[in-house]
Amino acid sequence: MTFSGEFLAFMGLALVAIIGGVLLLNLTKVVHMVVALIFTFVAIAGIYVLLSAEFIAAVQILIYSGAITIIMLFGIMLTKHDDESEPKTGKWRKILVFLGIVGFAFAVYIGIYNFNIEQVPTTLHENNTMQIGKELYSKYIIPFELTSVLLLVALVGSIILAKNEKKEADSE
Amino acid sequence: MSSVPASAFLALALILFCIGLYGALTKRNTVIVLISIELMLNAVNINLVTFSKYGMTPSITGQIFALFAICVAAAEASVGLAILIALYRTKKTVNIDEMNTMKN
Repeated sequence: MTFSGEFLAFMGLALVAIIGGVLLLNLTKVVHMVVALIFTFVAIAGIYVLLSAEFIAAVQILIYSGAITIIMLFGIMLTKHDDESEPKTGKWRKILVFLGIVGFAFAVYIGIYNFNIEQVPTTLHENNTMQIGKELYSKYIIPFELTSVLLLVALVGSIILAKNEKKEADSE
Repeated sequence: MSSVPASAFLALALILFCIGLYGALTKRNTVIVLISIELMLNAVNINLVTFSKYGMTPSITGQIFALFAICVAAAEASVGLAILIALYRTKKTVNIDEMNTMKN
């Protein structure tokens, strides 16, 4: 295997992504965990650029490292943010979960480690956003509209769920 | 043409998925469980985008599907946070072990 620039970029981004994930598992403060995960999200955006999906990379940075991280930080701040998430659970349970996940990872890895899929030259990197827009507004217009309904339902539903209903209960 | 084989991307997605799964099953704080689920969804998106580039007939469809998955993940995160805050208001805890009202 030749050590081209693309390969080096992939290795660096993969390393940053995995380090972010491991920090998520090992840090003690909840806020630090979320901040560690921002590294993972940004590195995944870089991986998308390597896969010639520039638009998905921009969406990844906007939605994940922007919106979802901030919303999770709000969730932490509005609840108990000072607790050090303590390992009160039994050690045996952790070991069992770990062994199960290692078995799962091994089973999947057997399937993919020698996965030689054919590569043909693509035009995905030329005018990537324009291609996505054309497909989205012609072939996938109905799922696109259904997505807007889904987002509206999520908006209304989360407002109703999180609304403070104490005043109504007092007036009754 | 890319010099990185497709199995490298799939292996990275597998590792991230396993990290997310371990976090979702062992962490006690509900916010961390939610964000671990987001990490798992992200790993699946890497697979979708990988197969939109590699293979016999590469097309943009995989990227479109990844966009829809990101959209659904965002909706899921917002509703999950709303449920978490409503639950915190009634039970005064975010520890996932104490949310066992339906257990008995």
